[in-house]
Amino acid sequence: MDFELMINSFPKLLGATVITLKLLSVSLIVGLFIGLLFAILRLNKNILINKFAYGYSYIFRGTPLLVQIFIIYFGLGQIEYLRSTFLWVILKEPYWCAIIAFALNTGAYTSEILRSAFQTIKPGIIEAGKSLGISNKIIFYKIQIPIAIRQSLPAYGNEIILMMKGTSLASTVTLMDLTGVAKYIISTTFKPIEVFIVAGGIYLFMTFIIHNVIKFLEKKYSFN
Amino acid sequence: MELLAFGDTGWGDELFRATLMTIAVSITAMIIGFSFAAIFTPLKLSKYKPLNLIANVYTTVIRGVPELLVIYLFFFGGSGAIMFVASMFGYNEYIEINAFVTGSFAIGIISGAYSTEVFRGAIQSIDKGQFEAAKVLGFSKFKQFYKIILPQMLRLAIPNLSNVWQITLKDTSLISVTGLVEIMRQSYIAAGSTRDPLFFYSFAAVLYLLLTFLSMKLINKLEIKYSRGY
Repeated sequence: MDFELMINSFPKLLGATVITLKLLSVSLIVGLFIGLLFAILRLNKNILINKFAYGYSYIFRGTPLLVQIFIIYFGLGQIEYLRSTFLWVILKEPYWCAIIAFALNTGAYTSEILRSAFQTIKPGIIEAGKSLGISNKIIFYKIQIPIAIRQSLPAYGNEIILMMKGTSLASTVTLMDLTGVAKYIISTTFKPIEVFIVAGGIYLFMTFIIHNVIKFLEKKYSFN
Repeated sequence: MELLAFGDTGWGDELFRATLMTIAVSITAMIIGFSFAAIFTPLKLSKYKPLNLIANVYTTVIRGVPELLVIYLFFFGGSGAIMFVASMFGYNEYIEINAFVTGSFAIGIISGAYSTEVFRGAIQSIDKGQFEAAKVLGFSKFKQFYKIILPQMLRLAIPNLSNVWQITLKDTSLISVTGLVEIMRQSYIAAGSTRDPLFFYSFAAVLYLLLTFLSMKLINKLEIKYSRGY
């Protein structure tokens, strides 16, 4: 055990954690909106819209995140037309490519979580709202969405943790996130175990925090 | 389309072999994962707190740390660890383990952590009366497990195991970083030499979709088979 290396690499890894957290928070926020949009589309009665939303979530859940990042980072740059539009400003940056891939990926999982949450809402609750003369729009925003969010908290907590682990793939497109820096230190010092303990410890700490925050929210918003 | 031709002109045969490699790694990893689950599930369900703790540390650490980090640990640390063990037996030459072994072992350990949780959940949701009935009827411990608990556990575990399989299958794409030529690595090579990454990575996505689709079909059949009588 090389404790000196562990102590020396800790600040470097902690600095890289900031990038990991940035990637995670931005893609979760964007992903939540994508997920909500597609969950609503999934509940649409129009078969075409329904199938489109299903296809989206099927493709993004059925392929590895790594493929998705590579298609966006390496693949899209190949299209000449895209290079001439303003989109190129975004797509040439690995940071934004990673965020787009993460957001689309977590969006697909989130849409499934929210869809099943919407479907488990008891019809009686919606009927009660209707019989009280509340408009459909308000029933949706004030009754269905809050209940669905509460229902999906446990599953969404898992998704946040999965996404946090997913951000490690940003290191494959040259970003120096926590895993990227860990790999760099391992490959220069050849001390994989020490670095793994420190970097893994930071990841576990984040998992622990997320887990407990979700647990707290679950308790706070529980029905009884 | 000529990019996918078989033979020297296209990448068809290379990608086909790479797909077989992905399947081989996934299955090997899954089997290694089951062996880990076979060790850690009893520990999780054990009455002794220290044994519980060991199993909990395993599943918590592996499920809380990114797969890529675990793969780097094995990739950079694997041969070192084996050489250390070998040096205790007086063998001091350089040992290199191949990417297939490192890769399937790394993915296997990850898959094992998920499988452990699935098996634990399945055993815990078997009706207590089943265990008691088996005991009362005088089955030996071994028979209790193989004749009564295992079949019921499988039925309950298969839907969740199919999730574990999907995760494992997708995780194998990560061992491309160690240089093992599976779908992802082969697409990377093809994309580099033809300068057509969009096509090859999209094709890789299609291959993964095909694999997940086909395996779902197969697992559904298994599910039906194991839920006979329900």
